[in-house]
Amino acid sequence: MDYALELSGALYIALFALIGIAIVFVTLGMSRMIAPHNITPGKLAIYECGEIPSRGTDVQFNVNYYLFAIMFVIFDVEVAFFFPWAVAFDALGIYGVVAVALFLLLLLDGLIYAWTKGVLKWVY
Amino acid sequence: MNNHKTANAGSATTPRGEFETKHMRINVGPQHPSTHGVLRLVVDLDGERIARIVPQVGYLHTGFEKTMENRTYQQCVTYSNRMDYVHGFGHDLAYVLSAEKLIDAKVPARAQQIRVILTELNRIASHLVFIGTGILDMGALTLLFYTFRERETILDLFEMVSGVRMNYGYFRVGGLYRDIPEEFVAATRKFIAEFPRMLQQYATMFAKNDIFLSRTQGVGVISKEQALEHGLTGPSLRASGVPLDFRKAQPYSGYEQYDFEVPASKQGDAYARFMVRFEEMSESLRIIEQALDRLEPGPVKDPDRRISLPPRSELENSMEAVIFHFKLVTEGFHPPRGEVYVPTESARGELGYYLISDGGSMPYRVKVRVPSLINLQSLEPACVGGLFADMVVNIASLDPVLGDVDK
Amino acid sequence: MIDSLLITFLKALLLVLVLLGAFAYMTLIERRLLGRMQHRFGPNRVGPFGLLQPIADAIKSVFKEDIVVSAADKFVYFLAPFISITFALSAFGAIPAGPAGSFFGFNPWIVDLDIGLLYVFAATSMGVYGVFLAGWASNSKYSLLGSLRSSAQMISYEMGLGLSVLGLIMITGTLNLREIVDYQSGAYLLILLQPVAFVTFLISAIAEVNRTPFDLPEAEQEIVAGYLTEYSSIKWALFQMAEYVNMMTGAAFISTLFLGGWRGPRFLDAVVPGISEWPFIWLILKMAIFMFLFIWLRATLPRLRYDQLMRFGWIWLFELAMLSAIVTGAVIAFVL
Repeated sequence: MDYALELSGALYIALFALIGIAIVFVTLGMSRMIAPHNITPGKLAIYECGEIPSRGTDVQFNVNYYLFAIMFVIFDVEVAFFFPWAVAFDALGIYGVVAVALFLLLLLDGLIYAWTKGVLKWVY
Repeated sequence: MNNHKTANAGSATTPRGEFETKHMRINVGPQHPSTHGVLRLVVDLDGERIARIVPQVGYLHTGFEKTMENRTYQQCVTYSNRMDYVHGFGHDLAYVLSAEKLIDAKVPARAQQIRVILTELNRIASHLVFIGTGILDMGALTLLFYTFRERETILDLFEMVSGVRMNYGYFRVGGLYRDIPEEFVAATRKFIAEFPRMLQQYATMFAKNDIFLSRTQGVGVISKEQALEHGLTGPSLRASGVPLDFRKAQPYSGYEQYDFEVPASKQGDAYARFMVRFEEMSESLRIIEQALDRLEPGPVKDPDRRISLPPRSELENSMEAVIFHFKLVTEGFHPPRGEVYVPTESARGELGYYLISDGGSMPYRVKVRVPSLINLQSLEPACVGGLFADMVVNIASLDPVLGDVDK
Repeated sequence: MIDSLLITFLKALLLVLVLLGAFAYMTLIERRLLGRMQHRFGPNRVGPFGLLQPIADAIKSVFKEDIVVSAADKFVYFLAPFISITFALSAFGAIPAGPAGSFFGFNPWIVDLDIGLLYVFAATSMGVYGVFLAGWASNSKYSLLGSLRSSAQMISYEMGLGLSVLGLIMITGTLNLREIVDYQSGAYLLILLQPVAFVTFLISAIAEVNRTPFDLPEAEQEIVAGYLTEYSSIKWALFQMAEYVNMMTGAAFISTLFLGGWRGPRFLDAVVPGISEWPFIWLILKMAIFMFLFIWLRATLPRLRYDQLMRFGWIWLFELAMLSAIVTGAVIAFVL
């Protein structure tokens, strides 16, 4: 597919997304017109099981979320490297397989490192 | 993990390693889908782990004890079963046993057997609710409907004898309100014949499910010592390795005549608590079967005119009967001065009514030793240091009924 | 053959409307099926067999008051359902539903991308932003915990998705979904060539669309309703819509990648000539299988605990998918 066609693909996707956006606007607008609007302080309060909210949400949470996010960034980028290789798999031949196997081993090594460090255990 | 347990009650920080970590305080309840009622738990979270958990009770406080102090002994039966609405007959039984001990009533054998049948049926119904809602708390929806289907059969039996499906008020001090209807025995036998197959079905649905096992095994372990320290009783205590069952330890209502096992486990985790209750259902079936076999025609009330109302037929030709009837209906009976406590084994644990009589027709003081409230104390050893997600499993596995907690 | 802009616009509009209609009726089908599995009827009061129930639900959610909690970040609060639904809808566009020109002379797909597979990945993984922003914007603890959990879950299982298709790409040598379908018509279905990848992909997809046993984001038992706690009325309905559309995309995606997509079984051609080339019907049938599976799982399984879920994803799924890719590569390179 040439460049122009590829561009038209992007255009079509944008068009499609626009329809999605329009749908959201239509439904939200409809609800805005139809739904009652009768605000009381109780309704605007955050749900905390019927109690007055005790503390804010700006508190510390599990550091593991952060670790997983980092691991995700590392591994997902590496997985992204695989896709072009997989497409060109036939052309690269055995050399490609060996190279990627090495790459994969390094990747696995990283995962095993994280594993032994206890990151995957989630709770200490 | 130990430093969690010594976490300062008021402060939000705990030393852990070299860092000061601020805990996230979360209110779970009173309006929460998995606290089995209006229970509020103030939970301090350290990441996903629970650093501190404080149950706040009383949202459903109804003042049953005080109300009962203003009712005659016979009227109190109306109130007892409203506390633990899931195991109402257990509460009724505990109350009438105490009152009967106070006034020294002689309960006929038939009445005792019927009481045992109904209480054990209710125990099964209660455990069915426990298993259904417990699994529901882990996200499996279907078992709840299956267990409630069987519970429905049991409630039909209760409706047959008492006219209602909840808040039965069928037991009386000195016996029963009336004899069971004829079709009850056959219907119960039919249920007994069918139920083991259902139990098998449940077992395949949850007891062998890998996800269920991983959610419960090793979760919320309460050691034997902790259980005893925190006053845990009932199936949860037996799951922690103390085979204490008041039906065996201090038999009442003729439980000593029945042949049954007390399921127990040593693990003390949520899985053990589930399985002990699961096995108890089969034992209850055995008891019911034996009681049905023993059932013979006879009176279901203490013939003592000071306790039980005279039969309707006597009222027409006996002046004495009319007088007793009048006295009982207007003021009730007067037990001698004294105090009693009879522990019973409810579906949740040790249940007993502590009654003080000042010689009047109403109890001077009623104090109920409700199992749910006291078992709830064990939530702390079960939860602290564990995961937030396990808290739900732990609450479910301790099986509190909030009506029973708050009285 | 490329359709004109106007035609594409109309097709996209039609697809969106069909997806929304399918969403509405999926909720009904799910409730009815769950009812069946649970010895009860499910909704059967509104219209015959409860067929008007989704319409009643839609009217109800539009008529409900839209509450924006005062502590919320208003703009992000509004943006979150927006992101969720828009990307959920647009992911479907690259999935072919029949042979070229079979839809009244037009192509039964919105766009035929050379990187169609990556596009679907990209669009579905944008959903994590909707979930995360929803929880963050609500400024409620349950929401925040719920959204943290779901974003961590969704990104983790996304890697499972990515790794699972590696072997498949090696075999077919293309990222174009239409060509992947065509490949399967010439050779074997890819489920036969890549059974392990199929299983890991299916599991990852279930986790990706947050269904039981991986439905922790909505684990109402611990964190009430997760990231949806503070959402009500139409905004909540939009999230539900996004979830179901994601489910359908997932089902269509698996069917396309592993089960031959829009093509039916060849042997049926002997009975009705050309039946395997009929557009839409086979894709919908295959999707229905997976949708049923999702509902069936929901009726059967409890949910995993959070750490178990992460461990399962990273240790088992990730490793298994990687192994499958390595074995596939080795077999192609050294044996064939």
